[in-house]
Amino acid sequence: MRENGSTALLEMRAIGKQFHGVVALRHVDLAVQPGEIHAIVGENGAGKSTLMKVLSGVYPHPEYDGEIWFDGQLQRFAGIRQSEALGIVIIHQELALIPLLSIAENLFLGHEQARHGIIDSSRTYTRAVELLRQVGLDESPHTLVDDIGVGKQQLVEIAKALAKDVKLLILDEPTASLNEDDSKALLALLKRLRASGVACVLISHKLNEIAEVADTITVLRDGSSIATMDCRAAPPAEAAIVRAMVGREMTDRYPKRTPNPGDVLFELRDWWVEHPLHVGREAIKGANLNVRRGEIVGIAGLMGAGRTELAMSVFGRSWGRRIRGSAWMDGRQVDVSTVRRAIQAGMAYVTEDRKALGLVLHDSIARNTSLCRLEGISRLGLIDDVKEAQVADDFRRRMATRCSGVQQQVGQLSGGNQQKVVLAKWLFTEPDLLILDEPTRGIDVGAKFEIYSLIASLAAEGKGILMISSELPELLGMCDRLYLMNEGELVGEMPAAGATQETVMHALLGTH
Amino acid sequence: MLPSSLRHFLFSHLRDYGMLLTLVAIMGFFQVVTDGTLLQPLNLTNLFLQNSYIVVMALGMLLVIVAGHIDLSVGSVCGFVGALAAVLMVEMQWPVLPALAVCLVAGALIGGLQGWFVAYLKIPSFIVTLAGMLVFKGLALALLGGQSVGPFPESFQILSSGFLPDLPAGDERHLTSLAIGFALIAVLAVREIAARRKAAALGSAAEPVVLFGLRLLAQSGALGALVWLMASYKGLPNVLLLMTALIGVYAFLTQRTTLGRRVYALGGNERAARLSGIPTERLTLLCFVNMGVLAALAGLVFAARLNTATPKAGLGFELDVIAACFIGGASASGGVGKVIGAVIGAFIMGVMNNGMSILGIGIEWQQVIKGVVLLAAVVFDVYNRRKG
Repeated sequence: MRENGSTALLEMRAIGKQFHGVVALRHVDLAVQPGEIHAIVGENGAGKSTLMKVLSGVYPHPEYDGEIWFDGQLQRFAGIRQSEALGIVIIHQELALIPLLSIAENLFLGHEQARHGIIDSSRTYTRAVELLRQVGLDESPHTLVDDIGVGKQQLVEIAKALAKDVKLLILDEPTASLNEDDSKALLALLKRLRASGVACVLISHKLNEIAEVADTITVLRDGSSIATMDCRAAPPAEAAIVRAMVGREMTDRYPKRTPNPGDVLFELRDWWVEHPLHVGREAIKGANLNVRRGEIVGIAGLMGAGRTELAMSVFGRSWGRRIRGSAWMDGRQVDVSTVRRAIQAGMAYVTEDRKALGLVLHDSIARNTSLCRLEGISRLGLIDDVKEAQVADDFRRRMATRCSGVQQQVGQLSGGNQQKVVLAKWLFTEPDLLILDEPTRGIDVGAKFEIYSLIASLAAEGKGILMISSELPELLGMCDRLYLMNEGELVGEMPAAGATQETVMHALLGTH
Repeated sequence: MLPSSLRHFLFSHLRDYGMLLTLVAIMGFFQVVTDGTLLQPLNLTNLFLQNSYIVVMALGMLLVIVAGHIDLSVGSVCGFVGALAAVLMVEMQWPVLPALAVCLVAGALIGGLQGWFVAYLKIPSFIVTLAGMLVFKGLALALLGGQSVGPFPESFQILSSGFLPDLPAGDERHLTSLAIGFALIAVLAVREIAARRKAAALGSAAEPVVLFGLRLLAQSGALGALVWLMASYKGLPNVLLLMTALIGVYAFLTQRTTLGRRVYALGGNERAARLSGIPTERLTLLCFVNMGVLAALAGLVFAARLNTATPKAGLGFELDVIAACFIGGASASGGVGKVIGAVIGAFIMGVMNNGMSILGIGIEWQQVIKGVVLLAAVVFDVYNRRKG
């Protein structure tokens, strides 16, 4: 019995979602027809993942605005189990498999083939074989998930969804970590599923893959659905998709600065890094880059391109193995084999995840500020508390950190103020080169501008800035020069002046 | 009704005061129910002698726990070093000083070996030290051949059973002990006043002056009374002075030095510490070496006290030591804990042991009560932290 009179399998109407006053979704309309592959594209932060979490019940009714109709019925999911019961299954970017259980055990996790709590192993086996055949995976159900590659694990996830009688399959960046062959196999499987009547929502950055399989494309930007394009009659030009994705005009969100690049400060030559877990897989492939004094250089790339990994491998070999290549500061080769040596060479790395990697949350602002350079506030190993507080207070004033005082716990501060403490901590080491990894992630607009201004003033002082960001507008607004990174390789370099989000996006996606 | 600022301060420092007040309350309780036996000079002296080795080990354990680890082997190491001392001094007739040195070095090596597995091979400390617990318990048995070995030379026994020598002999009270005891209390008071001045200069929430005065008075009075009581028996035991010195050194180390600061950062967020250039592995190793040395020292103190090395020495000590740290407010997830807290925790356990023994409560109920107190202290902590 259809109550909404529409033929769509899924209809999401005027969906909105806020987190403590921060708007994540403004107004999204989405209609998925039965048996179609519906692609959702958008920049990082456009709201794709949030939308899927609303749909699958991770954010339950009524924490969002708008209506969800599935199979002609208005739905108010209280949790993920309810959406799964209707056949909506989401496969996240980070796979939800238990590595040390077998494929068969993973397939029926939570829905075991059992009677009275006792697992029926022969039924498990035969059902598993059947499901694996459906997804075209040639592995024994007894194989441990840990022993198969990421591509095959992705297929196991899909088989797991099929085991739950899936009607609508949602895939979040399914090919991000797959090689070309595995990606092709996955796309072929999606087409087969479509033929058997399963609808599919595909979130992806890879426009060429979308062009290959999608029937419809919905573009999200800043939490709103901007356009829905039908691909069956005539596939839309990639340029049109990219324009819809990045659309907005640049406004005055960045401080004015007159770049005045000096001599080359930092240089990385032929830098190779092997993945720490996958022996033989080169994660960084021969990177060459340089940063001049007074210059802000950006590294653009999609999620998983290897930008953070590159930065961490340089900074004291904090990521990866078999690191080869050389790092140079002011024309001299420097030893960056430990964090301490990298700091001594004049580098600072402001981490992407400030809570997990940047701060000791239950310690005070003062103690966090001095952590990297305790020598600066001590004599013969004795800490001078007064000096420590003075140093922290100087930074507090310079950065206008809002807090009750430098003895306050950093865990109590807002994201923007925490980020200022992390910056203060690294500035206290008096670095020449600052590597900033997503310096404004999770920070509100006002605090962002303050951080940008600070970065600009550091460059004006003659420091070199290497900035990693997933927000293209930010890179274009702040940087003098951009490196483009894709799958562990620096695939291009361009001056930021004159570059647009479209040109960068095209270069990254390799569509021109 | 207290003024609101005072109430606010008391509330936010409930933990710090709570610990001390708990110790005082427990002492008061046993003082009453044992008809005053608890604070009799003889018993008081024994109380310190009985708990000195637990306190010594708690100092090292606090650092290990703050660094985010645990050491289950300390009891066995204690027993092993006692056995080693007996073999060297009693069976092989070594002079005392070289034997002491060898024992302490042995402790350092044991700690270093275990710490190396934890720090560099990344094996969980729980497992490494559980293995160590078995190994060193076995080695102690092997060294002693299953028998008790003793007695020790007299110059070694002094470590535990000796008292501060008294110069003007013949007096009823031990004047040297009194003088040294009161001097220590004065130093402590002066340091507290200095610390308070500095805290005010840093603009951190200072203790209201009324509270500070009261606390200082109570603390000095209580310590003074203890010194006074003990001076009327045999004076201050050597081991009490050793313990006091160590407490001072470790309190200083953890609060004032870069080394201590780095250990707290390591336990508070290991990955952030590593990315801040702190040599986390070396620091972890150091914590275990330090623990080994202190466990060895405690083993020597214990052997000297019994005047014999027995195969059962050290049995179960690790439980009291670890409990002392947790009662004293250390966090099992690392990064939090104070030396003085661990010391108070050790004495809470010690006073309960002693008081219940005087009352003739069976060992079975003693265990039950101690377990409940440990759990209550940690529950109080977690509850307090969640609210704050």
